[in-house]
Amino acid sequence: MSEDRTHIPDPNVVELPHDRDRISAIIDTIIDQASEAGMQDAAAFAIRLALEEAITNAFVHGHKELEADVPVRIEYRVGRGELDVAIEDQGPGFVPEALPDPTLDENLSKPSGRGVMLMKAYMSDVAYNARGNRVVLRYRAN
Amino acid sequence: MSESRLRVSEVEGVTQVEFIDRNILDEANIQAISDEISTLIEGADTPRLLINFANVDHLSSAALGALITINNKTREKGGSLRLANIDPQIYEVFVITRLNKLFNIHDTLEDAFGEFKSAKS
Repeated sequence: MSEDRTHIPDPNVVELPHDRDRISAIIDTIIDQASEAGMQDAAAFAIRLALEEAITNAFVHGHKELEADVPVRIEYRVGRGELDVAIEDQGPGFVPEALPDPTLDENLSKPSGRGVMLMKAYMSDVAYNARGNRVVLRYRAN
Repeated sequence: MSESRLRVSEVEGVTQVEFIDRNILDEANIQAISDEISTLIEGADTPRLLINFANVDHLSSAALGALITINNKTREKGGSLRLANIDPQIYEVFVITRLNKLFNIHDTLEDAFGEFKSAKS
């Protein structure tokens, strides 16, 4: 693995608009390629969940102040039992460490704030760049 | 008005809600579902709501957020919300987020109806 956890060498690149059909299509493409590379059904569930959370965060939070047609950049690379996906928005970024723990009793009734923890729970590695506008999700089949 | 994303039925004094979509992921759909269920809650004196997850394969944290809002609104009116028929992979999401501690979750519709009945007496 590269020392820079937010870098993916020689990725496939997609500029993704905020369009539900296009979002579903790119997630399906990535999962199909991962399945062809030997990923199991449980991995597909985990990958779909993490990608949905990351892409939703990019558009809903990252692009909150931007025009609707500004795209999010997706980079992905599929290997045997390996998947790396970067989701990079054009927003100001955020500090993931500053997010409150949604599993604390006092936060259980709050309707938001679970996306990042779900990504971390289901992926082998989740890394943000310093600005906080690019996240790399890594899945490794054991 | 947009098309409903839910099947709603009244059974033994309980409002049963079933999702039409297998994936509860799209923010716009989640908002529509949340609004529709909120209208059901507002229209009931003491809402008794059962959400049947039988058809659901995937849901996102935004969908969990909508369920929490629905739960909060139901409790504010002194009502109760129960969830049933959740796929094991999705139940795992509830466990990871500890939302299995917040919601009343039942394996089957029969179990959920049984709890509604015993709570009534």
